[in-house]
Amino acid sequence: MSIPGVTMPDRQARARLVHGAVPQAPPLVLEGVTMRFPGVLALDRVSLALHGGEVHGLMGENGAGKSTLLKVLSGVYRPDSGRILLAGVAQQAWGPGIALRAGIAVIYQELHLVPELSVAENLLLGQLPHRWGVIDRKRLLERALEGLRRLGEELDPARKVKHLSIGQRQMVEIGKALSRDARVIAFDEPTSSLSSREVGRLMEIVRALRQQGRAVVYVSHRMEEIDALCDRVTVFRDGRHVAAFDTLQNLDRDRLVRAMVGRSIKDIYGYRPRARGPVRLEVEAVTGRGLKAPASFRAHSGEILGFFGLVGAGRSELMKVVYGGEPAASGSMRLDGCALRLRSPAAAIRRGIGLCPEDRKHEGIVPLASVADNLNISCRRHQARLGLTLDRRREADRAGVYVRQLGIKTPDVHTAIGNLSGGNQQKVVLARWLAEKIEVFLMDEPTRGIDIGARSEIYQLLYQLAEAGKTVIVVSSDLAEVIGISDRIMVMREGCIVGEVLKQDATPDRLLRLALPQ
Amino acid sequence: MPENIQPAYKDGLRSAATSTPAAALLLRLGRSGMVLVFLVLFALLSACVPNFLTLRNLQGLLLSVSLIGGVSVTMMLVLALGEVDLSVASIVAFSGVVASTVISATHSVTAGVAAGMLGGAAVGLFNGVVVARLRVNSLIATLAMMEVVRGLAYIVSHGDAVIISEESFFRLGAGSIAGIGVPVWENLLLFLLFGWLLNYTVFGKNVLAIGGNAEAARLAGIEVARVKIIVFVMQGLVTGLAGVLLAARMSLGDPKTSQGLELGVISACVLGGVSLAGGVATISGVLVGVLIMGSVQNALSLLNVPTFYQYVIRGAILLAAVLFDQLRQRR
Repeated sequence: MSIPGVTMPDRQARARLVHGAVPQAPPLVLEGVTMRFPGVLALDRVSLALHGGEVHGLMGENGAGKSTLLKVLSGVYRPDSGRILLAGVAQQAWGPGIALRAGIAVIYQELHLVPELSVAENLLLGQLPHRWGVIDRKRLLERALEGLRRLGEELDPARKVKHLSIGQRQMVEIGKALSRDARVIAFDEPTSSLSSREVGRLMEIVRALRQQGRAVVYVSHRMEEIDALCDRVTVFRDGRHVAAFDTLQNLDRDRLVRAMVGRSIKDIYGYRPRARGPVRLEVEAVTGRGLKAPASFRAHSGEILGFFGLVGAGRSELMKVVYGGEPAASGSMRLDGCALRLRSPAAAIRRGIGLCPEDRKHEGIVPLASVADNLNISCRRHQARLGLTLDRRREADRAGVYVRQLGIKTPDVHTAIGNLSGGNQQKVVLARWLAEKIEVFLMDEPTRGIDIGARSEIYQLLYQLAEAGKTVIVVSSDLAEVIGISDRIMVMREGCIVGEVLKQDATPDRLLRLALPQ
Repeated sequence: MPENIQPAYKDGLRSAATSTPAAALLLRLGRSGMVLVFLVLFALLSACVPNFLTLRNLQGLLLSVSLIGGVSVTMMLVLALGEVDLSVASIVAFSGVVASTVISATHSVTAGVAAGMLGGAAVGLFNGVVVARLRVNSLIATLAMMEVVRGLAYIVSHGDAVIISEESFFRLGAGSIAGIGVPVWENLLLFLLFGWLLNYTVFGKNVLAIGGNAEAARLAGIEVARVKIIVFVMQGLVTGLAGVLLAARMSLGDPKTSQGLELGVISACVLGGVSLAGGVATISGVLVGVLIMGSVQNALSLLNVPTFYQYVIRGAILLAAVLFDQLRQRR
């Protein structure tokens, strides 16, 4: 079975590498790299050549082996077998220090910056200019300014990183790589937390890096970015390198998706219209932290209400207020016509409101605790004998039921949730509310950092909830997603609700015009 | 069956674990590296130190760790929350002094014991409110309370030890049931109670969840502040009881007593694998941590090692044991 236009790798790809079709040896080549973890073959004889002046896209579902590959590049993992060649020279030893000296920089999703230090100090961390151990402030400032200029970023080098937006932090991280004159720069889903304007800036920078002859690795789930940036694309599935596209000209997206998930996804949203019920949640002129103007909206039962806006538009803050996680400064709320005054998330849950937070790692899960514990964290109080003692068997059974029902991929329910992929963690957090008596689901960026396969499964779950008469509120920065799944969309900009758009009127153009700063 | 032929120690243990509860217990012990350290250490001490493995010495050993042991069960919960409590030594002194003062005044042992424990609980409540509601870092808050409460102990006792002459009070500290001292029984009950609390109750799970990720716990509907306050009150109550029992054993309430106890208790918990970052704790680990500290101390005394060297050896053992555990976890 072969897909036309797709060259199956292995033999051909390796032949091209060995016989050196390119005059100059590529800066980094992996040959037959295999990486094994207990019970998992994370990388299975993967070969990859990174050329200077080229953007190499890596695609694949979560768990396909992309992150492992990046960790091999940065030296965090030492491959169990296979060769790594730097500028044509096979390396005997491999580790983080060697990779760093060889000019390989990986920019992970979770940024590695020191929040309490300034932009300049972070840019040059590990190589601060000094005289006899005393920091040379003047040279530090000069080199930081030079680095920022190269990025085209207007940032105060003396500003502490903790005050920067996520987009700005990412720029600092890129600046760090450039300050070491990295020749190979790998980005791990760099745009997952950026606003669309910041995405534009990032893409310019990636193109500039290519222009300078650096090799860029670009991992992303977003087809538009891969399309716009990459010179070639390699697709991974189950730790194997399943397809390589040497040119993106005339590339059919559907073929790329098929290579990635093994099936075609014409419409991953699969919107299903349904009748909406009576008004359930009414929010009247609510203000609070991060909300510049009183916010009002209504959500019906059986409805999926989208909240679109750029990062920092106040959507998450509004959700936190509705959930009782942040106090409302003024305004009122009603649930099914009864006044709703929430002083804590615990109170919200008792009234049937559940939140799946945006920042899954810091707000959603207890990483060291098991899947079962994370799932039962809230509902267990109902089943506790005498309101105190755990019913462990019942908890494990319930976790098992949801693991099967939602297709959560985990060795068993006692595995620490931190070991699961993002999509599976999200399903556990959602199952936490399915196990409670929740009527209003607040979903803050429910598919951030989640692969296409798991995303469409999560959409199906949301439709099922709405069809069962629940109210679903989805906050998203993904334009296609919010249009694809919502019945009605509220648009926020700079801490204010600025518009309401019905499904039939929702076009990307219209939503963006509302969401962009005037 | 091929599984039964496998010689590997771990696998053998695992397959046996499914069959009997005793084997399941063994498996759990095997998972905690510190238990292994303790068993090896205990065997070594029994073989090399004369008079170590005698009934009388072991009774004395258990009695000597009962103060640290009694406080460590709740310190475990405090550390599992990701907090710390430095005020325990002062609470021990304070509650002892309060108990002896009340007994001297009323001649009622019950009133004295109750007053001592309530005094400890009151300090715990204060700690909890300051840490959980006013959001003061627990290291700072309890450091301050360590000073304040020590001062209170001196104030209540007018600077001197309060001597007690109530016979029935002594029996609390020095008496024994079935050849085992009352404080050791108290320890045993506390370890069972708090082991159950940690492993089998919603409350215990909530404590671990808060230590593992406080914000996620809050957004999942756990009343974080309330749980923290309850833990600090428990700590005060249990430490108060330890102080009362110590006063009974010494037959006086001494405001100067137990300086540095908090570090011994925290060391025992850390030895037992409790994470100072929060979210990780096992009761078996803490028990073994306490026993390791006690055994080493006991053996050094039996061997007549001068006190100066005892400090060095104790510190070295703490470091070595924790290092060993880390190495083991790294495969």
